[in-house]
Amino acid sequence: MIRFNNVSKQYNTKDGGLTAVNDVNIEINDGEIFGIVGYSGAGKSTLVRMLDGLEAPSTGEIDINGTDVAKLHGGQLRKQRQKIGMIFQHFNLLWSRTVIDNIALPLEIAKVPKAKRKQRAEELIKLVGLEGREHSYPSELSGGQKQRVGIARALANEPTILISDEATSALDPDTTNEVLDLLLKINKEMNLTILLITHEMHAIAKVCERVAVMDSGRVVETGSVFEVFRHPKQDITKKFVSEEFTPQQSDNTMTLEELVKKYPDGQIIRLVFHGPQAELPIVSDVVKHFPELTISIISGAIHQTQEGALGSLDLQLVGDQSQIDQALEYLKTLRVGTEVIHHG
Amino acid sequence: MANTTGLKSYFQFKNVDWGSMMSATWETVWMTLLSMVAIVILGIILGLILYETRSKSGVGYRILNWIVGLFVNIFRSIPFIILIILLLPITMKLAGTIIGPRAALPSLIISAAPFYARMVESYFREVDSGVLEAAESMGATTWEIITKVLLPESKPALIAGATVTTISLIGYTAMAGAIGAGGLGNLAYQDGFQASNNTVTLVATVIICLFVFIVQFVGDVFVKITDKRTL
Ligand SMILES: Nc1ncnc2c1ncn2[C@@H]1O[C@H](COP(=O)(O)OP(=O)(O)O)[C@@H](O)[C@H]1O
Ligand SMILES: [Mg+2]
Repeated sequence: MIRFNNVSKQYNTKDGGLTAVNDVNIEINDGEIFGIVGYSGAGKSTLVRMLDGLEAPSTGEIDINGTDVAKLHGGQLRKQRQKIGMIFQHFNLLWSRTVIDNIALPLEIAKVPKAKRKQRAEELIKLVGLEGREHSYPSELSGGQKQRVGIARALANEPTILISDEATSALDPDTTNEVLDLLLKINKEMNLTILLITHEMHAIAKVCERVAVMDSGRVVETGSVFEVFRHPKQDITKKFVSEEFTPQQSDNTMTLEELVKKYPDGQIIRLVFHGPQAELPIVSDVVKHFPELTISIISGAIHQTQEGALGSLDLQLVGDQSQIDQALEYLKTLRVGTEVIHHG
Repeated sequence: MANTTGLKSYFQFKNVDWGSMMSATWETVWMTLLSMVAIVILGIILGLILYETRSKSGVGYRILNWIVGLFVNIFRSIPFIILIILLLPITMKLAGTIIGPRAALPSLIISAAPFYARMVESYFREVDSGVLEAAESMGATTWEIITKVLLPESKPALIAGATVTTISLIGYTAMAGAIGAGGLGNLAYQDGFQASNNTVTLVATVIICLFVFIVQFVGDVFVKITDKRTL
């Protein structure tokens, strides 16, 4: 169990004090994959650096299974750090070492005997699927392979916690998915607690059970990924969720204004449904019940989360206002999340 | 009688005492290499102290950084020829003599080590901070970070810097030679210039150039072998 209790972190900068982390309270259960999402500068890295004792909190305590990390020093702190693995956006591998020697570095630091180091490193190479590349240098690997080395290195000392700080942010979408799948696999096989820090909601939806949304140093929303996706409360959360739900049209997502411009008439609504609902003939039902309404599909997306599928569908309804209102009521009886994006 | 003027005076090879040329070459080579060993060790230690104490906040660190920085800056700015004279009494004590190759060593080391130390400090600062943080997050001690990350990750730069330093050191040995430290500089001055034997001067020059080329070549090869950043 990891517990952040009223944790704050202030930095003294030339422009005065800066609160990077502001009164954060989070509990993370053993063996879960917990997501922390927020834009750049929100304080995510500072928060997890404190977990590893790389940074000391200004106030509050960070409790890992009963140990207050902020109170550890010297050898005790270094021992604690060996129980936490960390992977990074830019991999942070030593270019001067081969794959196998990079993976062996934490083992050297933990004073594991040479023969055992080799054996363990070879196991890890198999686990992350890098057989045959043991003696390559990082400069000979692709981004995805480098991150696999990073993951193997982070797991070398059999940590109980793995911190992934934007570990997929420098990777293309396919490679991101491969790395996320690998994280899911090791979470299951090793019963590892994983803290996944990212600014991409996609990564959260794919692997996390619970998520905390950070904004300007504060945690503004926490909950199960499924709930946060279905009923985002804060504006920033809605923004993250909708970024994820708006399909990528030739790389740039349509903003609300663009949507309204393109579909000026009637009303634009977004339906959010999950699991079995996705299989119901919802749209055709509405068409049957309200024949005078013209319904056009603007966009749609389906996402697989750890708790099942989540879908969204943006529709444009043109017709009588009373008919539209009745249609919205009808949708509610189907227990489909309905949100009016724009009134024509 | 040998020609002492004109272009031809440079090519009177029968006037060259090849035995003393050989021993002078040998003196230059070992003066250079021996002082380089000391310069590399001292330079890395001083560079490491400068690097490690640079951004630490403790008073002790500040003072150490200031003292080493001052030492390095002072000895880096004293012209070599003046440093030799300045160090004569110390040389006398250390080497027991003020002439000959052994006497040149203290001045060579003291003038070049600070030069190399500054380079070393800047190479250490160029090591990726993310990699250092990764090592720290693995629970590495400062000493482990130095030996397992800092030194290996800056190895090609350390070698390139040592190559540059060696080459300027060869220049210093020639200068030291002119005031009695032996080696090719001494030979070119005494047997060449003072005895009006231009051929000796030319041959000594060619040998020094060859030595420089060899050092540069060997340095480049080692940089290439150790640099795994681009393969
Ligand atoms: N060592 C530091 N000194 C001063 N300010 C810092 C330091 N580290 C981070 N910050 C500031 O703290 C804020 C949060 O940074 P960070 O935790 O890196 O955010 P994130 O990882 O969410 O992008 C930023 O405004 C950043 O500039
Ligand atoms: Mg960050």
